[in-house]
Amino acid sequence: MMLEVTNLNVFYDNIRALTDVSFSVEEGEIMTLIGANGAGKTTTLITLSGLKKAQSGTISFLGKDITKTTPQSRVAMGMSQSPEGRRVFPGLTVLENLEMGAYLRKDDISADMEKVFAYFPRLKERRKQSAGTLSGGEQQMLAMGRALMSRPKLMLLDEPSMGLSPLLVSEIFAIIRQLNEAGTTILLVEQNAAVALKLAHRAAVMETGRIVLSGTGEELSRSPAVQKAYLGG
Amino acid sequence: MLFLSQCINGLQLGSIYALVALGYSMVYGIIRLLNFAHGDVIMIGAYIALLTIGAGVNPALAVVLTILGCVFISVLIERVAYRPLRSAPRISLLITAIGISLLLQNLAQLLFSANTRPYPGAAIIPTKALRLGALSLSLSTIVTILVSVGAMTALHLLIQKTRIGKAMRAVSEDTGAAQLMGIDINKVISVTFAIGAALAGMGSVLFCCRYPIVNPNIGSMLGLKAFVAAVLGGIGSIPGAVVGGFAIGFAEVLVTALGFSAWTDAVVFVILIVVLLFKPAGLLGRGVAEKV
Repeated sequence: MMLEVTNLNVFYDNIRALTDVSFSVEEGEIMTLIGANGAGKTTTLITLSGLKKAQSGTISFLGKDITKTTPQSRVAMGMSQSPEGRRVFPGLTVLENLEMGAYLRKDDISADMEKVFAYFPRLKERRKQSAGTLSGGEQQMLAMGRALMSRPKLMLLDEPSMGLSPLLVSEIFAIIRQLNEAGTTILLVEQNAAVALKLAHRAAVMETGRIVLSGTGEELSRSPAVQKAYLGG
Repeated sequence: MLFLSQCINGLQLGSIYALVALGYSMVYGIIRLLNFAHGDVIMIGAYIALLTIGAGVNPALAVVLTILGCVFISVLIERVAYRPLRSAPRISLLITAIGISLLLQNLAQLLFSANTRPYPGAAIIPTKALRLGALSLSLSTIVTILVSVGAMTALHLLIQKTRIGKAMRAVSEDTGAAQLMGIDINKVISVTFAIGAALAGMGSVLFCCRYPIVNPNIGSMLGLKAFVAAVLGGIGSIPGAVVGGFAIGFAEVLVTALGFSAWTDAVVFVILIVVLLFKPAGLLGRGVAEKV
């Protein structure tokens, strides 16, 4: 098991954001968490990355309990995140953003840089530009490329489709599939349930801070409850 | 010729303000704190030079000790007073900074008395005048300008080219995203305070060589003026701090040259009021968008 989350409880002051969230991600798969705005998907991811502390529960990554470790030690262990809203560093150039993604690496990063440019050729054209001048789609590519630069074993992707045209969404999702086929395990958080379920091996549905349903991507896309609530049918 | 020598005068004063303003701006950029204790660290630096040279320490070594002392105190203040308040409301942090400023001033009064003492500026930079044609320049003016320009160039290269410099920019733009990259923000914040304090330490030596007196309050006015310089340039902006520092230096020299030397402090604060009224983001600031 690559990632195992057990009974995670997270609060913002007195407001409960996550209630007994448990799920797991197996090596080599694409797992997706779907759900409406405010369901707790982003809170789950930032707790996994260590930006938010869990009140109780455990997170185990590659067999080690990482619940209380620092964000940087989780990156060092092989977890990286492309966060909600992309959060590229607007004043840094595309190249510098990618360098920041490789911050903890001491070895040569040029091969990985080329790999990122192969996935996202548009970033290469704009490598000297500051990230703030990129379009939304390009910023999404940069956020993903930046997360790849640490050579993650597990990549957390938060709403990669947000604000993108349908054409760009399918482009980005095709790349997520390629990344997965190249060996990166992926935990994907999405509001766009239709595309996420098509891509994912396994999925779980979150509602008001709880996991209410889980199964394979296919099972969930056939579930009447999911169809009614998230697939517009 | 008078005009030229006044310009050089402004350059000297301006480069000192710029050195101090850089510390304000860097710290603001990284943790959104107006570190009002910054000026008082400069005062502590002045006492370190005064006491070590008084005890017979080699002046060059005393300068190094001044800079190291400023770095040590600043990093300690961040660790003890500011870090525990990292997630507290910004106003608590600001009040704490003012508290630390008062603490340092009163501590200095207790330890060194409130008396004004002469600063051994001549031991650090010999009082010598150099003639350039009809122009006469003091050695301290030349040293001040060269040291400041050198330090600012080094800072620019550090921030633009090195790994830690890029990490500082990343943390100042988005602390959370920087953590997701594996950047240890505590380390980056400590380094930022250390660099700001090293510049302040140099500023302390250069300022006291120009106005060679020391008392527990010398830091507060210098600190306030450098703060105005940082705001004028756009708080959080590194080039802004340099531009603001020189602008305030030139403004003071101009006011003095026109015969209103009693008004220099007032003019600086009028500049602050005008900036806050008409261009609160400063000359090179990035706008005042709230971080969410």
